[in-house]
Amino acid sequence: MTTATAPTPTVADEVHTTDERLARLSPWKRLLVRPEFGALAGAVVVWLLFAWQAKSVWLSWQGTATYLDTSAAYGLTAVAVALLMIGGEFDLSAGVMTGTTGMFAALFAVHSGLNLWPAMGLSLIIALFIGFLNGAMVVKSGLPSFIVTLGTFFALRGFNLWLTQQVTNQTQVTGISEASGYDFARKVFAADIVRIGGVGFRVSILWFLGMVAIGAWVLLRTRVGNWIFAVGGNRDAARMSGVPANATKIGLFMTVALCGWVHGMVVLMQTNRSNVIEGVGQEFFFIIAAVLGGCLLTGGFGSIVGAGLGCLILGMTARGISLAGWDNNLYFLFLGVILLLAAFSNEWIRRWARTASRPTVKVPDVAETGSTGATGGG
Amino acid sequence: MAELLEMQRLSKYFGNVIALHQITTSVRAGEVTCVLGDNGAGKSTLIKILSGVHKHDEGHFLIEGHDVSFASPRAAKAAGIATVYQDLAMPPLMSIWRNFFLGSEPTTGWGPLRRLDIAAAKRTAVDEMAKMGIDVRDPEQPVGTLSGGERQSVAIARAVYFGAKILILDEPTAALGVKQSGVVLKYIIAARDRGLGVIFITHNPHHAYPVGDRFLILKRGQSLGNFAKSEITREELTRMMAGGAELEALAHEIESVVRTEEVTASQ
Repeated sequence: MTTATAPTPTVADEVHTTDERLARLSPWKRLLVRPEFGALAGAVVVWLLFAWQAKSVWLSWQGTATYLDTSAAYGLTAVAVALLMIGGEFDLSAGVMTGTTGMFAALFAVHSGLNLWPAMGLSLIIALFIGFLNGAMVVKSGLPSFIVTLGTFFALRGFNLWLTQQVTNQTQVTGISEASGYDFARKVFAADIVRIGGVGFRVSILWFLGMVAIGAWVLLRTRVGNWIFAVGGNRDAARMSGVPANATKIGLFMTVALCGWVHGMVVLMQTNRSNVIEGVGQEFFFIIAAVLGGCLLTGGFGSIVGAGLGCLILGMTARGISLAGWDNNLYFLFLGVILLLAAFSNEWIRRWARTASRPTVKVPDVAETGSTGATGGG
Repeated sequence: MAELLEMQRLSKYFGNVIALHQITTSVRAGEVTCVLGDNGAGKSTLIKILSGVHKHDEGHFLIEGHDVSFASPRAAKAAGIATVYQDLAMPPLMSIWRNFFLGSEPTTGWGPLRRLDIAAAKRTAVDEMAKMGIDVRDPEQPVGTLSGGERQSVAIARAVYFGAKILILDEPTAALGVKQSGVVLKYIIAARDRGLGVIFITHNPHHAYPVGDRFLILKRGQSLGNFAKSEITREELTRMMAGGAELEALAHEIESVVRTEEVTASQ
């Protein structure tokens, strides 16, 4: 019956239908509309720029290790922030989470005398609870996450300063290196993983690459990834299709908190002390990295590999500007300009892709059999 | 053939408002029952009862001969009733195959390696769309690039694939142009031919008559009749739908206004 009029496409079909497919995306355009393309092109341009301006320093192992380390520092949280943005939400408390988790781990280890590992575990539980709270407040109130997490951001910032001053009379917690369990924790979060040419590459780079790999895999290859795209693209439609929309969103906020904790532990172990407002202001860098990676501010679209490349752009620029001997203030000028460029090009490419791919679905023999039939012979 | 779904003197009240009064109709497998009515006729209330959003207050609602009253949309879905809403929303930048399987994604592997079975999902989406008469070349295409009619077809194909026995279409042609409406009517026929009972809600008798086997006409919560196709002509259906005598009176009124204007103009 119906199958007779509409045979499923076979290999032979594919070969003979070039005429209908003319309007399809060319390979070049296909590459262009991939969300990570802009970030890849940007990373290559930035790398070349500083290879020209900072010359041998840039090309040395030392230079490479420096910018990779900075990129990784952004990337530890930015990957999760990108997932959250694809899921349609923001988290302005993602930055202050670095200081918060470091502070709790340090306080528990130094001032409560715990082994560093249970102290870090407690810090993780607190982080996940804050993430859960962010998510629950957003989904239950229906308020924009921008406002809700702005609230958590300020609350945490104030709380951290108040608490540490109560306990230590200053805004930092020192003495981590004396805590039991420190040596192993430092190995896990802050040691060099490999030495090349006498230069150490820190383990945070490995954490960063691992997060990009896991994040990209979850987003593109798992059910949860499908749900993340859906709740960001159209939450009501997702819910009507049976997607646990609220749980997905809360899970994303908790993932940001989890990655913020990893970031916090890395900074804690690298600096051997907790500066409680560490990370404040970085929430915007994470968002910039995600946007550079092709994430739309409205949700439903983006790439984790792209966000990783976005972090590489930020890291290379931050280090490149000083290695090239430029004025460091140029960094912010650069960030502003590149953010605008990325946002414009995301929007432009998205529209272009949508108009270009219109004729790819062919509806056979309805109303205008003539027009499709005439071109169907091929 | 047995009735797949039956409504017997079904009534629904909201406080003292009579939303539906003693509505009777039925749907058989492989047939299309059209529910026609103007705005405010009670079509939405009827859909909501069928899809488990509301419960009826009086009368009988039978699925395959069993009296039912759904506690939730989920219960209706479990009983094989799929509803495709007029403003059916889909995440626009997600691909066809991702939308097709949204919420019921096929997976492979186990434990932490449990992942989407992408090849199977793409193949199934293309095959199922082909059965509806749509030739999808690229299942990676975002649904946002599809026309309204094509998006309806994704929703219909999806409902059919996931085991719906009864398909409720809420004004699928309301927002569409002539050609796209034709496309959707074709999918309705395709769904019918695959053995589903289809309830097609519309206010357009010209869309309803060609595909319908049975017609229920609603007006202000009352039934104006429940006809098999053999019992009613397209003209009668159009006349009843348009309000019959009311519309004639309106036509007279308009004519007399026009005539008066002509008279004043010629003077």
